[in-house]
Amino acid sequence: MWTTFLDALLLQAGYNAALVAVGAALLGIAAGTSGTFLVLRKRALVSDAIAHATLPGIGLAFICMTALGGDGRNLAGLMLGSALTAAAGLLLVAWISRATRLSEDAAIGAVLSVFFGFGIVLLTLIQTMSSGRQAGLDGLLLGSTAGMLFQDGIIIAIGGALAVGAVFALRRPMTLVAFDADFAKASGWNVGHVDLAIMGLVLGVAVIGLKTAGLILIVAMLIIPAVAARFWTERTEHVVLGAGLFGGLSGYVGAALSASAPALPTGPVIVLVCAFLFVLSLLFAPIRGVLASLLRHRRFQVRVHRRQGLLALAHSEAVHDRMTLAVLRRDDLIRADGVATDIGRAQAAKALLDERRWEIVRQMQFAEGLKANFDGLTPIEGVLTKDELAEVDRRLGPLSIVGG
Amino acid sequence: MGSEFVMLSLTPILIGILASIACALPGNFLILRRQALIGDAISHVVLPGIVVAFLLTGTVASLPMMIGAAGAAIIAVILIETIKRLGRIEPGAAMGVVFTSMFAGGVLLLEQSDTSSVHLDVEHALMGNLESLIWFAADDWSSLLDPVALAALPPELPRIAAVCALVAGLTYLFWRPLKISTFDEGFARTMGIPTTAISIGLVIAAAVAAVAAFDAVGSIIVIAMFICPPAAARLMTNRLEVQVGWSTVFAVVSAVLGYVFAGYGPLWLGGQHAVSAAGMIATVSGVILGLACLFGPQRKRVGEAATD
Repeated sequence: MWTTFLDALLLQAGYNAALVAVGAALLGIAAGTSGTFLVLRKRALVSDAIAHATLPGIGLAFICMTALGGDGRNLAGLMLGSALTAAAGLLLVAWISRATRLSEDAAIGAVLSVFFGFGIVLLTLIQTMSSGRQAGLDGLLLGSTAGMLFQDGIIIAIGGALAVGAVFALRRPMTLVAFDADFAKASGWNVGHVDLAIMGLVLGVAVIGLKTAGLILIVAMLIIPAVAARFWTERTEHVVLGAGLFGGLSGYVGAALSASAPALPTGPVIVLVCAFLFVLSLLFAPIRGVLASLLRHRRFQVRVHRRQGLLALAHSEAVHDRMTLAVLRRDDLIRADGVATDIGRAQAAKALLDERRWEIVRQMQFAEGLKANFDGLTPIEGVLTKDELAEVDRRLGPLSIVGG
Repeated sequence: MGSEFVMLSLTPILIGILASIACALPGNFLILRRQALIGDAISHVVLPGIVVAFLLTGTVASLPMMIGAAGAAIIAVILIETIKRLGRIEPGAAMGVVFTSMFAGGVLLLEQSDTSSVHLDVEHALMGNLESLIWFAADDWSSLLDPVALAALPPELPRIAAVCALVAGLTYLFWRPLKISTFDEGFARTMGIPTTAISIGLVIAAAVAAVAAFDAVGSIIVIAMFICPPAAARLMTNRLEVQVGWSTVFAVVSAVLGYVFAGYGPLWLGGQHAVSAAGMIATVSGVILGLACLFGPQRKRVGEAATD
């Protein structure tokens, strides 16, 4: 399996598999980036409604194409049909949440369940049609690229490339609207139109992804990369880039994995690769990851305990808190029996001096703006200039006690 | 006619009605709390739950399946909350991350394990098998009084009836705290109502209803019934009591009409075969919601004129 996986990764596993891998990577990039705008606009689950609303279109397109004497499985035709009903679903969500008192999530849920239900009705209808038994339309529910036609691979690759191109062309207005809609409006952009473009892109991605990811799981490719990338950065444009990277990576690796063994359906594998990247980001991302937050919290805790312990030493008070004792002991500020060492005494004196200086600073006029910086932890030399410090010390007068 | 109806259609219709009501009742509160899509999330994660239950027990018996599904639903809710808090992400995105990943995991497990011999597939999970819940032992209406025939009822019927009664009973029992905490959580808290417990309890009740209904009718009906009848009812009235009443009526009408259209509609149109009853029930509920959106007396937000 590993050799086939490597072959697939290196695009050596056959023409179709290579096309699918490239197409899935392009699709992932397009889905990750366009999904970012959706997630940042806090409308992630609109994609769920769009994706489910493609099903009746697939059924209708199949019925029409068969009735006209063509091949009902023609991927381009199915994609066109699914785009039409997905657009109808999207418009219905917008209309319901605008024209009635129902909230957008209720509209999303209603549209997705009803369209999907109707799609299932059409699928059962197709199953009873003589030509429908081998339709294989259920492959579009969960994505299956096994036994895919060469031209389908071409369509997926071209569609993915087009979607990436559209994201690139529209990146500026979409980033602006996603970051701050009011500012975008003030800058002269029509927010409604940009939103429409975002939705249109998502719709396009959903339709292109039908064959690869399947209509249920394309939602994951739209949402998960964006959410994962959000952990790594606070800048909108970096989230977009990161989401594209994650999406492309999971599309590529997922498609290769799926090609390397039987019974590995493409859609679920891509989504699980995506989910794996998400979990990694959630835990280990340096900016907003769980581990980073824990470490930050821990460092802050240590600083507070150290400072409070030093002040207690300066006032010759006994320290009881176990963590404070541990921190002081670790830094060789106290001996094992709790008595301050020389370093400890010196640092305690410094801490006390800082505290007194801050007291003076808080009474002084020029320090109005500095008060926000007072957290009881920052050394005062880092905040005040030398001249200011001299003035503070002059007002402080002769130091009465230093250390215990 | 009578005997055929009792044997073939009576139990599916009853199961459809009970499942619809069991989902629509908690749906009323979920809609008002803007948690409508919890039903969507739950019905997606039911699949990995039953697959894992099957892999662990090796049987398709209902009890382990339902326990697995309920367990998956609870895990999903916990995961959504955790990710929302840890990552500071909006609830919709957190939900999307969790349920799609779990669903993907379920599908993969299903494909990897040899489950082809048993009736456990994605399609079944989505569409249910309402049509196949036939009451073989029934002869005609008099079978309703015949204990031997009654004992051979499809087990889904008493199960969904019990869950429906449970959900209805809980709604009745907790009506006041539910209502107050749904409309004004702060006020509810000052009155000493445990709003967090109520909120969690509501989601769990919804999960139980979803799992029981899923077992009988598939996940499409579950999502549709959580949302469509309560949403349509919301456009009919401003009073919660009346809304719950309307939602029950809509749920029953969807179930009955949907089943009838699916079973007989194609015949009327000259077709040969019935279409999916679950899909048709969802479709009918959508049509009802569409009509309510167009003509419901309270369809506008407060402050907007009802006619414009």
